[in-house]
Amino acid sequence: MSNGIHRKTLAQLAAGLRAKEFSSAELTRLYLDRIEASQPALNAFISVTRDQAMAAAEAADRDLAAARGGRLAGVPIAHKDIFCTAGVKTTCGSRMLDNFVSPYDATLVAKLKAAGVVMLGKANMDEFAMGSSNETSFYGPVRNPWNTDLVPGGSSGGSAAAVAARLAPAATATDTGGSIRQPAALCGVTGLKPTYGRVSRYGMIAFASSLDQGGIITATAEDAALILREMAGFDANDSTSVDTPVPDYAASLDAPLAGLKIGLLKEFFDKGLDPENERRIREALATYEKLGASLREVSLPNLPLSVPAYYVVAPAECSSNLARFDGVRFGHRCKDPRDLLDLYKRSRGEGFGAEVKRRIMTGTYVLSAGYYDAYYLKAQKVRQLITTDFTRAFGEVDVLMGPTTPTTAFAIGAKTSDPITMYLNDIYTIGANLAGLPAMSIPCGFVQGLPVGLQLVGPHFSEAKLLNVAHLYQRETEWHSRVPERYA
Amino acid sequence: MSLTREQIENIAHLARLELQPHEVPVYQESLSRILDLVGELDRADTASVAPMAHPLPGLSQRLRADAITEQDHHELYQQNAPQVAAGLYLVPKVIE
Repeated sequence: MSNGIHRKTLAQLAAGLRAKEFSSAELTRLYLDRIEASQPALNAFISVTRDQAMAAAEAADRDLAAARGGRLAGVPIAHKDIFCTAGVKTTCGSRMLDNFVSPYDATLVAKLKAAGVVMLGKANMDEFAMGSSNETSFYGPVRNPWNTDLVPGGSSGGSAAAVAARLAPAATATDTGGSIRQPAALCGVTGLKPTYGRVSRYGMIAFASSLDQGGIITATAEDAALILREMAGFDANDSTSVDTPVPDYAASLDAPLAGLKIGLLKEFFDKGLDPENERRIREALATYEKLGASLREVSLPNLPLSVPAYYVVAPAECSSNLARFDGVRFGHRCKDPRDLLDLYKRSRGEGFGAEVKRRIMTGTYVLSAGYYDAYYLKAQKVRQLITTDFTRAFGEVDVLMGPTTPTTAFAIGAKTSDPITMYLNDIYTIGANLAGLPAMSIPCGFVQGLPVGLQLVGPHFSEAKLLNVAHLYQRETEWHSRVPERYA
Repeated sequence: MSLTREQIENIAHLARLELQPHEVPVYQESLSRILDLVGELDRADTASVAPMAHPLPGLSQRLRADAITEQDHHELYQQNAPQVAAGLYLVPKVIE
């Protein structure tokens, strides 16, 4: 198939399929070949589902020939291996689920299937989405396509690396403390974490239920809009799914930005922010001024407590959610258990990796008798303070902006020995999760050949505005269309 | 804050995790440091703050009618089980 097709955006691919410029089978084979060729260098996938993908592509081609099918008929994408996919191994990056074949589709997967997308495979990730570098995966680290000595970020590192290297035009992802935005920033792609409750969590393997949110990694904001409009919406199978209409996110992408009030998050421009990264962020803000937006500094005084609040709430909920992995109904079971307690302890001790055990134990401790008030209750109060800070800020401005990460991508192995240093990587992203807010990261330049991400945070259910704000920046700039030389 | 070896072993027991002996000092060190990090929460004055109950203001957990909506899929689901007999999950003997 002709060169350069993989450089097209998802929007262009969907249009090309409709116009019969190429078939879904051709497109799907092209991406499958790119994935397989990249695996030794990047390890972005845990499973490549070639046979199912080709069958789905051929079915999509029949739909397209008959002018039937969903709005994304025939478009190939990757799913993060946290989403259950019927009949396909779903591991969540863990030895615990190395033998788990999901009996059902996650709602997000089913909705995208109904829209016509073709699944290429399951993207690598940090084990149970616990990590910021994709180094905790049982299936080995993912490498950054811009420099394979570096991490892609995490936990959706496989999804971000896949889109950055154009192994897929889009990949689903999840964000509990920054797991969509941080890898999107470090890999130079667009990441969208929707409002809590906007996308169903049914069939998305749970980490921290009050923070987890499914979303998407794409090359452009327009592509993210096309996917979000298919996967968002109410689901009776998720008790925290919100029953509000899904707007047509693609319809408002070009609304002018004149009069837009942008708040600069004062707490994000701190001493931890690399000065070169800050320069790229300031340049992006200047572009927004040119587009008619006004800037003002906004302070969220409780935001610096995001990381400590998160490292109570997330491990507490994780210890509860991961109690289901007991070696009885599914997942890893130890050999020759002496008794039931031994079965539980060894199955879990063998099935979980070091970081997952650390989070489970942290959560068990903060929830144990006598400590609940001091830790979990206190953290939920601080979470309320942080949320109130955001609400106050959105009384003054339409969108908040700042860096997604303090630095560009770091070396594989550089932060694995010290979990606290790793946790601080998410210092700018965790706030949006604690408050349930939608947020994006978009590429805004490079420092020494490595991508920098600009973060956008909006009020609840403001995805259409965020996508509009991101899209107009991408019309003015070309950072989002840069591809690492080896994958160009 | 510094956790003892015994505390780590107790937490691991509560969490039903078997640790190898060499893992205990590693978690002793890192969990102690995590508790130092979360100890920063004490700086916040929360005397008059209600704990957050739901990430979206005004929303609470939804309830549904107490009606059967699911079908029996146990054969399909038990295909993932380590040990099954006669439709039952098998575990080591619990009652002598």
